[in-house]
Amino acid sequence: MSLVICILCITAFFVLLVGFLKEMWSANFALVAVLINAGISSYMAFNAVTGQSYQEIISGGSIFGDIPIRIDALSGWFILMMNFTVLTGILYGRRYMKLYENKSGAIQLHFIGFIINHFSMIGIFCVQNSLAFLYVWEVMALSSFILIIFEYKKPETLKAGINYLIQSHICILFITVGLIWVSSRTNSYDFNAIGQYSASVSPALSSLLFLIFFIGFAIKAGFVPFHTWLPYAHPVAPSHVSGVMSGVMIKLGIFGILRMLLLVNQNYLSIGYFILIVSLISGVYGVILAIVQHDLKKLLAYHSIENIGIIGMGIGLGAIGIGIQNPYLAFAGFAGALLHTLNHSLFKSLLFYGAGTIYQAIHTLNIDSMGGLIKKMPQTAILFLIAAMAISGLPPFNGFVSEFLIYQGFFEGIHLGSILLTTVLIISIVALVLIGGLALLCFTKAFGIIFLGQERKEFDHEVHEAETSKLLPGYLVVLFILIIGLFPQMFVKLLINPVRLFTGSLDVASPILMMTDSLQSISLVAWSFLLAIAGIAVIKLFVSQNRQTVVSPTWGCGYVAPNSRMQYTASSYVRTYRKLIGPLLLMNKREVAIEGVFSSPIHSETHPYDKVEATFIDVPLKFLYAILARVRFLQTGNVRHYILYGVLFIFIIVTFSLLNVAWVYLVDLLKQI
Amino acid sequence: MRGLGLILIVMTSFFFTGIVFRTKSLFAGRKGRGIFQPMKDIWRLFQKGSVYSQTSSFIFRIAPNIYFASIVIAIMLIPFGDQKGVFSFNCDFVFFAYILAVGKFLNIIGALDTGSSFEGMGASREALYSLLAEPAFFILMGSFALLTGYTSFADIFASIHFGSSISYAIGVLASFVLVIIAMIENSRMPVDDPKTHLELTMIHEVMILDNSGFDLGLIFYATNLKFAMYGAIIANLFLTPGKEWYYSVPIFIAVQTLFAIVVGTLESFMARFRMNHNPQFIFTLTSISLLIFLTVLLVAGKIL
Repeated sequence: MSLVICILCITAFFVLLVGFLKEMWSANFALVAVLINAGISSYMAFNAVTGQSYQEIISGGSIFGDIPIRIDALSGWFILMMNFTVLTGILYGRRYMKLYENKSGAIQLHFIGFIINHFSMIGIFCVQNSLAFLYVWEVMALSSFILIIFEYKKPETLKAGINYLIQSHICILFITVGLIWVSSRTNSYDFNAIGQYSASVSPALSSLLFLIFFIGFAIKAGFVPFHTWLPYAHPVAPSHVSGVMSGVMIKLGIFGILRMLLLVNQNYLSIGYFILIVSLISGVYGVILAIVQHDLKKLLAYHSIENIGIIGMGIGLGAIGIGIQNPYLAFAGFAGALLHTLNHSLFKSLLFYGAGTIYQAIHTLNIDSMGGLIKKMPQTAILFLIAAMAISGLPPFNGFVSEFLIYQGFFEGIHLGSILLTTVLIISIVALVLIGGLALLCFTKAFGIIFLGQERKEFDHEVHEAETSKLLPGYLVVLFILIIGLFPQMFVKLLINPVRLFTGSLDVASPILMMTDSLQSISLVAWSFLLAIAGIAVIKLFVSQNRQTVVSPTWGCGYVAPNSRMQYTASSYVRTYRKLIGPLLLMNKREVAIEGVFSSPIHSETHPYDKVEATFIDVPLKFLYAILARVRFLQTGNVRHYILYGVLFIFIIVTFSLLNVAWVYLVDLLKQI
Repeated sequence: MRGLGLILIVMTSFFFTGIVFRTKSLFAGRKGRGIFQPMKDIWRLFQKGSVYSQTSSFIFRIAPNIYFASIVIAIMLIPFGDQKGVFSFNCDFVFFAYILAVGKFLNIIGALDTGSSFEGMGASREALYSLLAEPAFFILMGSFALLTGYTSFADIFASIHFGSSISYAIGVLASFVLVIIAMIENSRMPVDDPKTHLELTMIHEVMILDNSGFDLGLIFYATNLKFAMYGAIIANLFLTPGKEWYYSVPIFIAVQTLFAIVVGTLESFMARFRMNHNPQFIFTLTSISLLIFLTVLLVAGKIL
């Protein structure tokens, strides 16, 4: 029996098992299902990454035709990355969902959704038949919709879920248009037909084809301006789902773009510039908005957009490298992008798990009502801190390594090409630096306000650390973050095969050597850094052995009754920044002016909103409403009318096809005359 | 002799702030303290006990350690003339900037750890200003990479030579940018006044209000090291490659001393900017480094 059928059967079996047995077992069954599926697919994926691609053709009957299942190095890399995050996700999720047991009837459905979602993601990475691909993509979209609306009784959850459902179908629409276009011209559903077709048509047409695919996949990945579903869907989903969504599900879009880059034949240079500039805007815009968010999960969601931007910058750089036939740029770009895909899935899922643990401890996600949690939840705090430093791209953690690869490409490219290339690269460098700096501002705010200082709000329940089994997946992720951060040279070796797919005939041996060399130095310096910290700590311990250590209140400038409300808040921490960046933001502020000498208490509220969303989503929606309002009279609510509409529709279709036959007949007649 | 630069920077750090203070006192008409006095103060701090805020956690205790370690590592990346630093690799200046950012990150969360209303203020400003100053440094290094075709500190400085008048212009502009970056990073005069005694107007000083004893000594000494480090980068611009050590060491010391005197002079004759003017001022720095970039484009023959 082939492995694909095997995975399919396992999935079906466990879905039934979860569906028909007791609710309390469903989490463990889901874990077993994910473990088995992940094990089988990782085995094939690892072989693919190390050089042995897997290929199998299963027969899909008369509708699908032959369905090729191909796992090449690119699919392999993504499958490995996805399996790890889904695994930590279910490990975390089974503890996270404990609190909802016997309170909500949806737990079984949720875990069924999780198993199917994992299965469909494996499918997306390896199915190479257009029609079958659209099917698994649709299964993925629907199952993730079910995962998001777990708390469907809350109106905002349902609203965000429907927003996600609609936007993910717009994404499917674009992909469908692209795939149907190719298959209608080539009469083949095989992905290889895309390559053959685009090689046979004019460059403009081929670029248009790529653009259609790019928009489709960009909606999934969350490139600006297609990102608006992300900040709604992530906060309402349960934390392990947000972690998996942000960690791997949006990477399906990245995978799609990379796959199409391989298949669609085009001018790599111009497409590289295009991707680089779109990603640059996404990266900077994402982090600009992330800083002003008050909702922790929304803040993390905007950071996903930023990181997608960084990945895109790598892809753009790589494409430019292929365009100008420079192996160094190509290798740095694609290796950086692929490694950052992995890195982001690690630290982002860890951050979402942390957010979930905080949410279950204090039942709010508003950063301004947190504070001082490090004393109550020290382990969560350390995990969050490591993830926060990793996402800010700081050494010795993994985020730095991938950004460093991209930086190397940028700096190497500066003196290579034309003035256009040099200018674009220097702008990209500035953008990447700004992203790094802004991320630092954002995560010092997030970590500092959430975990440090004093409690900003009294909670009427006791806040305590999560149990070990809930923290365990976090520690697993941290292990990988540290391994990548401290031994980056190992991962470059794993990246060679996936990157070779893109570089093709270019000789990447020397860039690999140079990269490994500089990453070895990075590893050495990172270790020396840790050694230096330890050394100073030892000296400090030695020196302050006999010295007196006193604990006393924080310096209050002579004021003796400071309270926790006098601390800096998240809003005040970023106030200067907010003023500076004002024109790019849309802050809905509600404030009452102070009147009189002894004023009554006043309230001030700020709600950050997205300017891109206001322009590109809200305005067209308004027009759409206006148009649709005119045909609203059709919606009577009377069933008989709807049946009438159905009959009319069938009648029109039949008439049209008859007319079509008549038209053909007429044309033939005219031709004969 | 890879460690020569490191040794020289550490030596310079002993008297650098001393010279700054001495210059200031001379301009103010005072006799002033000896140039090793700041080091003696730091030595005294090392021997003192500590007071910790009861709000603070372990973050506050490890933050100065990591901050200091980050600067030590950053110094190890600086070359000396055509001799490489202790560590030297491709794009080491990216690592340089990021390792300094690690120290800054810890410093900022260390300040937030005290739950003080003042220290958050300083933390917020420090994060914002260093973020604004960062692009200037990267554009500068990008311009050097374009000019020389190399991408590491050591290779860039080994191959920069001053021939035409236009490259002198680049040298002067680059030194200017580096001096201002050093002033911002060390929270000195046009941006921040270390001697002010109002918490509301401080940046760096207000972040370390609660540090004491060994930790405070580390932070103060880190500032000295940081100054000497930027001085070393500036000195590297003027160290002609291929010259013997008995030329380059005096040049190095002279540039460092001159840098210290410039800092002292600037502080004597300038007032601190208003806080809300600081971002604009820091951002002008980026435009100056863009000017360098355009000049380099001109030299490299990419335009015209």
